[in-house]
Amino acid sequence: MGRPEPARFRVVRPGLLTTVQDLGRYGFQRFGMPVSGAMDSFALRVGNRLVGNPDGAAALELTVHGPELLFETEAVIAVTGADLSAKMDAAPVPLWTALRATRGATLSFGERRRGARAYLAVAGGIDVPVVLGSRATHLPSQTGGFGGRALAKDDQVVGRSPPPGAATRIGQVVSTSLLPAYSSAPTVRVVLGPQAEGFSTEAIEALEGGRYTVSPQSDRMGYRLIGPPLAHVGSTGMVSDATPAGALQVPANRQPILLMADCQTTGGYPKIAVVISADLPLAAQLLPGDTISFSIIKVPEAQAIAREQRARLETLLPCKSTTSTPGK
Amino acid sequence: MALYPRVLAAGDAAVTVEFGETIDPEVNDRVLAFTRGVVGLALSGVIETVPTYRSATVYFDPILVDAGSLAARLQTLAETLPPPISEVRRTVQIPVVYGGELGPDLAEVAAFARLSVKQAMALHASVCYRVYMLGFTPGFPYMGPVPDALAMPRLAEPRARVPAGSVGIAGSQTGIYPIESPGGWRLIGQTPLRLYDKGRLQPFLLEAGDWVQFLPISREEYERLTTKAERDAR
Repeated sequence: MGRPEPARFRVVRPGLLTTVQDLGRYGFQRFGMPVSGAMDSFALRVGNRLVGNPDGAAALELTVHGPELLFETEAVIAVTGADLSAKMDAAPVPLWTALRATRGATLSFGERRRGARAYLAVAGGIDVPVVLGSRATHLPSQTGGFGGRALAKDDQVVGRSPPPGAATRIGQVVSTSLLPAYSSAPTVRVVLGPQAEGFSTEAIEALEGGRYTVSPQSDRMGYRLIGPPLAHVGSTGMVSDATPAGALQVPANRQPILLMADCQTTGGYPKIAVVISADLPLAAQLLPGDTISFSIIKVPEAQAIAREQRARLETLLPCKSTTSTPGK
Repeated sequence: MALYPRVLAAGDAAVTVEFGETIDPEVNDRVLAFTRGVVGLALSGVIETVPTYRSATVYFDPILVDAGSLAARLQTLAETLPPPISEVRRTVQIPVVYGGELGPDLAEVAAFARLSVKQAMALHASVCYRVYMLGFTPGFPYMGPVPDALAMPRLAEPRARVPAGSVGIAGSQTGIYPIESPGGWRLIGQTPLRLYDKGRLQPFLLEAGDWVQFLPISREEYERLTTKAERDAR
């Protein structure tokens, strides 16, 4: 039996914002190049593992209104992350499950039920050129992904060669204990700093006690939040330094901005805290109008949570891939 | 105990090592020397190091690297850096057409400086600028210091769209917009060079530590170089 052919599908309707993403473009932040990559890296990882890919294979990130895709070949796929009412022809598609798309089948999406961003992983990964070490799309600089842009009607997307035995994975389901606790009002854990000392004690208390609403000015770069003001001690600006994803930076208006996957590499607003890496996927599933709260923990605890989350993933859904992909 | 260098947590996957809090060539020299030092250590699980004006942020995999041990190691490295030696750094010449529609704020900057447009242009191009860091958009260089007379604060209302190649001033800083983006810097000219071109072997024209010398050119020369840049990009 020969190896299955690479997946191929055509975009019938592109959806609101459908981009190729992987685990991000590392190594060029010193040149001002944002990391990009999947907003919900956990859902991307799980999707890839389900179809036998390495964690960092490129997949599609679907935003709120998913696309309609016509499969021109058979393919092994998985949809993870947000519940956007996926359907294969007329049949509902189970999330977090490896399944077969038959040739001629149409994968479409309907009403958003939960979350904001879903991931379509395809056995083999999406085949677009590696640019600066990654296949992730950075729209503002038209870098990576499908010609540096979101998918459009009539685009033809091809996969890379599926890993051996991809078809044997069909039907594999993720243990429910692995699924993230997506919510439209999550509490995420943060580590104080790097500029927490630039804020009043009241600001730290407000951050921990308050509930913040995601404003309409929110995108892959970051979310402007509205809630209890976070007062600076002294200056509201500083000489710019590096800005990690997850950072809560606070401009002079005292309303925090949560930096996300496409955030600038540097910035001049003090950062009161940074969301821990294990919880950032929960923030990735928020939309304007949703709320978010914060609880403060220490770095060692944050690292223990990250390791525990990864260990659970390794136990319940080991990565079967032996090939490596660019990025982590 | 000296306040600097100091290591600050920046989440569970990054630490920021600060060498000062001001824009200062000596501080920036230490940042760049430290960054080279971190790269030289080739620590397992360390992903990348981002130097800025006054600090370097070291990104790492929180699964593989213990933040506390890394912080201690970086504190030691920062404290034991050899004194900065005056290095011979490259100077990159950047042709610029000043004023007119390509530099819509030059007249205002000249008025601010109580100079003629010609004098303001000559003054901006008279000094070599240090590239302190890159940030904001891919390839955007933060350079300075601009002569005091020209150090006009940024616009109160940023423009929604600044064309790629625009050269701007924001206080004592000068910079170049590599891609079209929003921006609040005072625009004094435009270069035909591409500061970021993903198709090029070296996609980024500049890096932190470079020197930049602006060369005033005519509009005709700009058009000629633009055509060439577009041809080269194909």
